[in-house]
Amino acid sequence: MKELLLGNEAIARGAWEAGATVSTAYPGTPSTEITEELAKFSEIYCEWSPNEKVALEVALGASMGGARAICCMKHVGVNVAADPLFTAAYTGVNGGLVLIAADDPGMHSSQNEQDSRFYARSAHVPMLEPSSSEECLLFTKKAFELSENYDSPVMLRLVTRIAHARSLVQPGQREETPLKPYEKNPRKYVMMPGFARGRHVAVEAREKRLLSEISALGLNKIEWNDPSLGVICSGSAYNYVKEALPAASVLKLGLVYPLDVELIKEFAQKVEKLVVVEELEPFFEEQIKALGLPVSGKEKTGLQGELFSRKLGQLFGAEAPAGPAETPNLPQRPPVLCPGCPHRAVFHVLRKMNFVVAADIGCYTLGALPPLNAVDSVVCMGASIGMAMGLEKARGRDFAQKTVSVIGDSTFVHSGITGLIDLVYNKGNSTVIIVDNSTTGMTGHQPNPTTGQDIHFRAAPQLSLERLCEAVGVQSVKVVDPFDLAALEGILKEETAKDGPSVVIARRPCALLSREKKPPLRVKAEACIRCGACLRIGCPAISMGQGGLSIDPALCVGCGLCAGLCPKSAIEGGTL
Amino acid sequence: MSKALNLVIVGVGGQGTLLASRVLGSIAGQLGLDVKLSEVHGMSQRGGSVTTCVRMGETVHSPLVEQGGADFILAFEELEALRALPYLKKGGSVIVNTQQILPLPVIIGAEKYPEGILTRLRGECETIALDALPLATKAGNARAVNTVLLGRLAKSLPHEKALWHRALEETLPPRFLEANLKAFEAGYAL
Ligand SMILES: Cc1ncc(C[n+]2csc(CCOP(=O)(O)OP(=O)(O)O)c2C)c(N)n1
Repeated sequence: MKELLLGNEAIARGAWEAGATVSTAYPGTPSTEITEELAKFSEIYCEWSPNEKVALEVALGASMGGARAICCMKHVGVNVAADPLFTAAYTGVNGGLVLIAADDPGMHSSQNEQDSRFYARSAHVPMLEPSSSEECLLFTKKAFELSENYDSPVMLRLVTRIAHARSLVQPGQREETPLKPYEKNPRKYVMMPGFARGRHVAVEAREKRLLSEISALGLNKIEWNDPSLGVICSGSAYNYVKEALPAASVLKLGLVYPLDVELIKEFAQKVEKLVVVEELEPFFEEQIKALGLPVSGKEKTGLQGELFSRKLGQLFGAEAPAGPAETPNLPQRPPVLCPGCPHRAVFHVLRKMNFVVAADIGCYTLGALPPLNAVDSVVCMGASIGMAMGLEKARGRDFAQKTVSVIGDSTFVHSGITGLIDLVYNKGNSTVIIVDNSTTGMTGHQPNPTTGQDIHFRAAPQLSLERLCEAVGVQSVKVVDPFDLAALEGILKEETAKDGPSVVIARRPCALLSREKKPPLRVKAEACIRCGACLRIGCPAISMGQGGLSIDPALCVGCGLCAGLCPKSAIEGGTL
Repeated sequence: MSKALNLVIVGVGGQGTLLASRVLGSIAGQLGLDVKLSEVHGMSQRGGSVTTCVRMGETVHSPLVEQGGADFILAFEELEALRALPYLKKGGSVIVNTQQILPLPVIIGAEKYPEGILTRLRGECETIALDALPLATKAGNARAVNTVLLGRLAKSLPHEKALWHRALEETLPPRFLEANLKAFEAGYAL
């Protein structure tokens, strides 16, 4: 029977059916559910790696060791894993190696909307792109086959609207793939110049072979219709094209790199007008133009965001249905720090102390939004410590005393450690705050090396942040409960005044995970002077209405942070 | 394409919009229709606006319902209902839970929560407003607001009730089933 699966669930199912035995990943929206799903299969070893580079290296090692391995990450994760990726393209594989890259056009949960297809092209690895959950399953299996047939890692690109859409899938059986024999083969796996030159020849040769066999792969297909308009597309764009331009002839590319040049030429010849419909970059369009074919696309569709059927229809002259008019100036509803979130206390203190804050990526990024407004920069995972160091080197020692970096526990392990080593080694003076909520919160509470649990939430060796920071050479490492506002403020005052780098670990578990549930707080209306002090921490449970201040008992978790800020002790119940 | 049905489910991250869409997915499955759901995972689930789309019909390509395309908007919160209004098809209906959840910009006084949302909705389309929270609480689970709304939706659709019951059984963990079936009936009875 068909099942209604998320694209991500279908990928996991495909890897299981293909006999994969190793799965590695670092979480990242919209890719996370693939690995969470894979972890349910007892035949597959699964891990959350500390970062994407390690994840890909473990998967490559597993492949070299003869297993079928899958490695999953979001688009920006591929930046982190790019170093092993480009050379894995040279070593090739033993067991099939599939790398899933989940792009996020429209930036639903990301800091940029880069287009992963360029990685496939510049690393010379084949890339598939599915349009439905069914294809997620089939293409994942196909990717393992291609990987072994062409001795190459194979990438599969997703976008949010495929990864996080559910559609019907016909699941199949698992086919066990026996472990391939391991043989020492330095010419293939020791990539020093002399051997790598030989492998570069192999890379080019396998790509040529793939191109010569491309039509037999059955990944690209032409759907003939009215020849007056021919559309080339893939992935999510295919769905929008079918919806918006039902009369058009369509060349759907399942293999987005390398391009099936012969098929594209044939299609171009038989249609009157040729267009490419693709989200983000003109990846197909520029390559097709380079073939000398008259084609257009981006001049209409643009480089940014998602496409959608309606917009596409309008661009091509279709009449778009209209709904009731949008209501102008509706208040936005951005994501917020949860009630009871320990990060809120940290940002409250940082804003009060007026620090320059180089922050990082995680739930605590939300400290940048009003009313906290406590953050100066957020770039990519791990960047905070290096950015603070750069600010100091540009503006001097005094500036370092006003500057802190803020980084989460998972992010610190992912790529903050090397920044901290730089801070110590190159004699920086700034203070690093590790906001340790004992989980990888933003992506849905995955365990990480600091939590003492593995991907299955079973006990695992626990990384001690304090001892790690000391070992790196930080002389002053302090641990504080962020809800102890006075202690936090005192420590920050001291540490930022000191010479040399300091680390302050603000430790309190994520409010969504903490087991202690306290009764909600209440406002003593007669005592409240409506000064708004409690509103400035941006807690979604507190609001000021016509009838005065109120605390929503359904949302309040009784953390008491607001009560501590009230000058009239007008908030009662709950204790710190 | 008469069997085609497009719904937009909107609310605030954490309100349980995903469960509602899965129940509808199961309905489509029982009817033997093609179906696609578009879900929101990730950042917006931290209390942001969330939009989930459900589409069923003979063949469904895009998982998204777009402006002017929804037969129904199922709204868990008033402001989100108003925000989603442009999705509605001519002749479509809004089923709205009359809860108001203040977004942060309103809480901190930077923006105002709009007044007269229900009047505005009624001026545009058939608007079915219900206060689902007390009904859910009475049914035994305050989190079953989504099922109360589904119950009301079911009343506006031609499918047999048994289909819905089966969909709830397929979708919910057994220990929540009883309260949710009651919540569904409470919505259906409105
Ligand atoms: C290279 C890269 N990989 C993954 C992500 C997705 N991502 C954003 S924040 C985050 C983890 C945050 O965890 P932590 O630092 O512990 O902070 P918390 O959310 O718990 O506050 C992840 C995995 C990303 N943005 N960039």
